[in-house]
Amino acid sequence: MEKREFHITAETGIHARPATLLVQAASKFNSEVSLQYQDKSVNLKSIMGVMSLGVGQNAEITITTDGDDEADAMTAVAETLKKEGLSD
Amino acid sequence: MRAMLKGIAASDGIVCGQVYRLVEPNLTVQQRAITNLDYELNRFHQALEAAVSDVETIKTRATKNLGTDSAQVFSAHIAMLQDPELITAVETQIRQRKINAEAALAAVARTYETSFQGLTDNPYMQERITDLHDVTKRVTAHLLQVALPDLALVNHPVIVVTHDLIPSDTVSVNPRYILGFVTDLGGRTSHSSILARSMAIPAVVGTQHATDQLTNGEMVILNGTRGQVMVAPDDDELASAQAAMHERAANLKRLSKLRHHGTVSKDGVGVTLAANIGTANDLPSVLQNGAEAVGLMRTEFLYMDADQLPSEDEQFAIYKQVLTAMAPRPVVIRTLDIGGDKPLPYLKQKPETNPFMGARAIRQSLTHQQIFRSQLRALLRASAFGNLRIMFPMIATLDEFRQAKAIYDDERSKLTVAQVPLGSIKIGMMVEVPAAALLADRFAQEVDFMSIGTNDLIGYTMAADRTNQDVAYLYQPYHPAILRLVNRVIAAAHGAGIPVAMCGEMAGDPIAVPLLLGMGLDEFSMGAGSILKTRRLIGQLSAHDLQALVETTLNQASTSQEVITMVQAAVPGILT
Repeated sequence: MEKREFHITAETGIHARPATLLVQAASKFNSEVSLQYQDKSVNLKSIMGVMSLGVGQNAEITITTDGDDEADAMTAVAETLKKEGLSD
Repeated sequence: MRAMLKGIAASDGIVCGQVYRLVEPNLTVQQRAITNLDYELNRFHQALEAAVSDVETIKTRATKNLGTDSAQVFSAHIAMLQDPELITAVETQIRQRKINAEAALAAVARTYETSFQGLTDNPYMQERITDLHDVTKRVTAHLLQVALPDLALVNHPVIVVTHDLIPSDTVSVNPRYILGFVTDLGGRTSHSSILARSMAIPAVVGTQHATDQLTNGEMVILNGTRGQVMVAPDDDELASAQAAMHERAANLKRLSKLRHHGTVSKDGVGVTLAANIGTANDLPSVLQNGAEAVGLMRTEFLYMDADQLPSEDEQFAIYKQVLTAMAPRPVVIRTLDIGGDKPLPYLKQKPETNPFMGARAIRQSLTHQQIFRSQLRALLRASAFGNLRIMFPMIATLDEFRQAKAIYDDERSKLTVAQVPLGSIKIGMMVEVPAAALLADRFAQEVDFMSIGTNDLIGYTMAADRTNQDVAYLYQPYHPAILRLVNRVIAAAHGAGIPVAMCGEMAGDPIAVPLLLGMGLDEFSMGAGSILKTRRLIGQLSAHDLQALVETTLNQASTSQEVITMVQAAVPGILT
């Protein structure tokens, strides 16, 4: 299992476009990928789950990947966060 | 004919065709008990697939029209339709409660909606609820086997009949298939009318109940010049409409000979006729109508059609496309003009009691610098591809202009250091706040150009909201108070040796054009469809002679009607 924390810097938080890209990135892997924010955890392959968190600017989130391709899944999610200017 | 609907003439032209009602069907869901689980699950999955296929079509069309990033909202919709948690939740409802798929989907959607509504501190969640509704509606429509209209799914020429046309409706339009628009709501200066004119598509707005009175597939004759819609015409009526269409086409053909001509008055004074555009979609009509420049590119549709901020790269691509298509002709791009009256759900904007007087346009840009700077960077990068002029909207004080300019200079020097190729750029302001019009001589010392935005200038000067029907009578472009302000701005700009344009509806108005020409306006920017008519009109006028008319109206007219009478007396035969 891999676990990493991210600080959300974007003014609009995780809005629809990056949420979609994060879900698309996570869905490519066999591993379970989850997003924890405050006291909630959701499946990062579920856009409804990601959007229901309403992650805003300055949020601290944790991504967990668990499975045979967990390292690659984490890299892909981290890259998407960075590419979309959500996190450093 | 069966009936004649009357509305407001919003965009010129006459056209006949079949009605396409862009009106939502009844999607009320009845819960029923089911016995065949597999059949119901299968029905659900088939509806999901059909919905995905619809959204893919819409997305392809939107990508073609607006670029990849603007079409992203449809990727979000597809992700929702393929959401494993949502699908499992609906399946569980069908299995455990033994209810039909429609009811199961509605129940799951309600659960999500409740959890979204709990996030009241996040304004963009409202937009997510809208997405959820869009997606569930589409699946429900397939389950109920009713058609859910969408302009992207139109595949033959139609006349679109809708309650009110909003920018996002036209995102996915294939312009070839849209013959005309008829709406229940709206006035001549509402967004729907501006859109129709910029697409050069005939339109009648404000018919009150066209959507109730017209049925799908019914034949109508739409007369956008007279503001009439004839329903179910007989053969004679169709024949005379066709004759009118031919006559109009012949007239347009005569006008089109002026396409490659400059705009010169009878006594040899040259002016520039430019087009107002909202998106790159408007470019073909701009070029067909012989525009010598783009005098106003509104950028808010870029922001309003999307459901998140457009990225710098996406903006760059669109600005580059417009600049390249127009080069070497100038393109005036106005920085974002949004605010309380045109709110963006994904921005945290405070509700305002008086949005037209609130934090809109440059006021919003100066407080949300991240958005402003990203737009300026996109513009700067695009400047290498054409002749760019950047215009700041709603400037009221010199300090606002200086601040905006300083931010621009800052981004410019950063890009210069990074050795990004830049073109030469002029920086100007929109004159639409009366304070700026009155102090135009001071502003003229610091800006490269001015453009008078009459729609707002009239609204603010007359203290009347143009979207409010009760005070619509105060929208008076020829009012002597407005003419004095306009004349003052033109004189101030010329006093400082800078050019001055007008980019409101007034610039293409046949009563206003002689006055503006007499005042010495340099550039007239209007909906593309008005350009050739205005070029012909200016060719019949003598700018020098009109100076006397300007003197008389400024000194002697007390009302709009007096101005109209004076113009008609000085220029016999002018259309009103």
